Amino acid sequence: MSTVTATEPNHAKRVIVAWVVLSAIATPLVALFAGPAFPPGNASAQGAQQVSDNTWMVAVLTPIICLLVVFFAYALTQFRHTGGELVDGPPLRNDNRIQVLWLVASAVVVLFFAGFGTYELLQNGSGGGQGPSPIAVPGGTKLPVQVIAQQWEFTYRYPTYGGLETSELFLPADTTIEFHVTSLDAIHSFWAFELGIKADANPGVDNVAFLETKGPRTFHIHCAELCGLWHGYMFSTGHIVPESQFTAWVKQQQQNFAPVAKYLPPYAKTYYPDPQRRAG
Amino acid sequence: MGPTVSKLLVVLAAAAAAGVLIGLYVSKLTTDAGSPSYTLPVRSVAGHPVVDLTVETVAAVGPSLSPGHPDWVSYLVRDTQGKWRRSTVWRLPANATVHMTIYNFDGASGLRNPLYARPQGVDGNIMIVDGKPLKVMPPDDASHTFAVAQYGLVVPIAPVPDAAKNPCDYAPCALTSAHRTIQFTFHTGAKGHYRWQCLVPCAAGWLYGFGGPMQTIGYMDGFLDVV
Repeated sequence: MSTVTATEPNHAKRVIVAWVVLSAIATPLVALFAGPAFPPGNASAQGAQQVSDNTWMVAVLTPIICLLVVFFAYALTQFRHTGGELVDGPPLRNDNRIQVLWLVASAVVVLFFAGFGTYELLQNGSGGGQGPSPIAVPGGTKLPVQVIAQQWEFTYRYPTYGGLETSELFLPADTTIEFHVTSLDAIHSFWAFELGIKADANPGVDNVAFLETKGPRTFHIHCAELCGLWHGYMFSTGHIVPESQFTAWVKQQQQNFAPVAKYLPPYAKTYYPDPQRRAG
Repeated sequence: MGPTVSKLLVVLAAAAAAGVLIGLYVSKLTTDAGSPSYTLPVRSVAGHPVVDLTVETVAAVGPSLSPGHPDWVSYLVRDTQGKWRRSTVWRLPANATVHMTIYNFDGASGLRNPLYARPQGVDGNIMIVDGKPLKVMPPDDASHTFAVAQYGLVVPIAPVPDAAKNPCDYAPCALTSAHRTIQFTFHTGAKGHYRWQCLVPCAAGWLYGFGGPMQTIGYMDGFLDVV
């Protein structure tokens, strides 16, 4: 068995040059064009924050992916057996400098994201459910809105408007909303994906999530937790409207649901419906 | 072909077959495969399509209509011959007025969410119960509901009292048995596939009262095929 004895070009130098050039081109393109197009969009402060976070993440990850792509492409083209006798390559040697560099670089990237992610999460909760005692609470006045899930519809209560409960979700624009998400039966999840908010709806649990709305728009609401065979049909449309329109809508809903108001339980963070005769 | 490749192909084929069977089963449950759609006759009033949709709600569908699940609670639709059909997929014209009559032969179960005691999404947000207009009913009295989420439509269904004489045990139930009559009007919108369901947890013996007949087409839920 023979070994390769011919003089080899400096492969490391070639790979590094190719990697630097590719990264210098790809990273700005990804950060400027791909990142801002990522979901969920800029319909809320939380959504915009998620877009920004995702942009940062892909911008940092792009050079790493470029390195892998360049290395594999280089290896596939340059270290290819092209004929003749199949022989062993040169022996592989350990290089402590590369190992240390790789470990340090990986640790820096991971620790950066851990710190960055924690910082971002603590700003306003990033639209996620924080349980009954939220840590990341945005400042200023908040409009509490309760989301009540049941198989297979959501309803909404507005405690500052006399405990009004409605079948539709309307929110005022440019307002901080304090969602209290709960369920009357199975485990559901309230997900308004264009707004970047998602919180599990568990029976007997008050799951708090914050949302800072921007301008008027409609958005989709889906259940994001498999809650039965008809989970896929548990969806509706929500509305963010100007403050004056929201006030008018509340008045109209209070009139519409006045006949049933006396039957609604007092507003509470969770509900334990009385056992139904058949369901238990 | 080596033995490893053969084994791999067998495993892949078995997985594919299992996937197809699961897909067919789920499709049967979630589409109208288990409940043939029923096309309702349409009449024209001043050039506007109008449909009279008459259904009955029964505590037990009975062995003659559903040998596999005779004790399941169910909706039935009345056809042009006056016969009760076990179909919960109803074909309706788009942008039509639907006058719906529900004959309920079942007792009270109670609503989990009292909000649904208020009729919504129907003309005037009013239902006619035994000839009398009603804006709301006590939530604990609700026997069932007819609800189409995409229309924002919910109507609670008044119950037959426990002490009623001549109750109907098994469907099809004749109008000579004790029953309540609920009437309301709603409007179909654009063409589409709209799901309807009962929001009362009335499936006895199932988790949260929402299993079995509540999740199976042909019993307590179905579709409005608006064409």
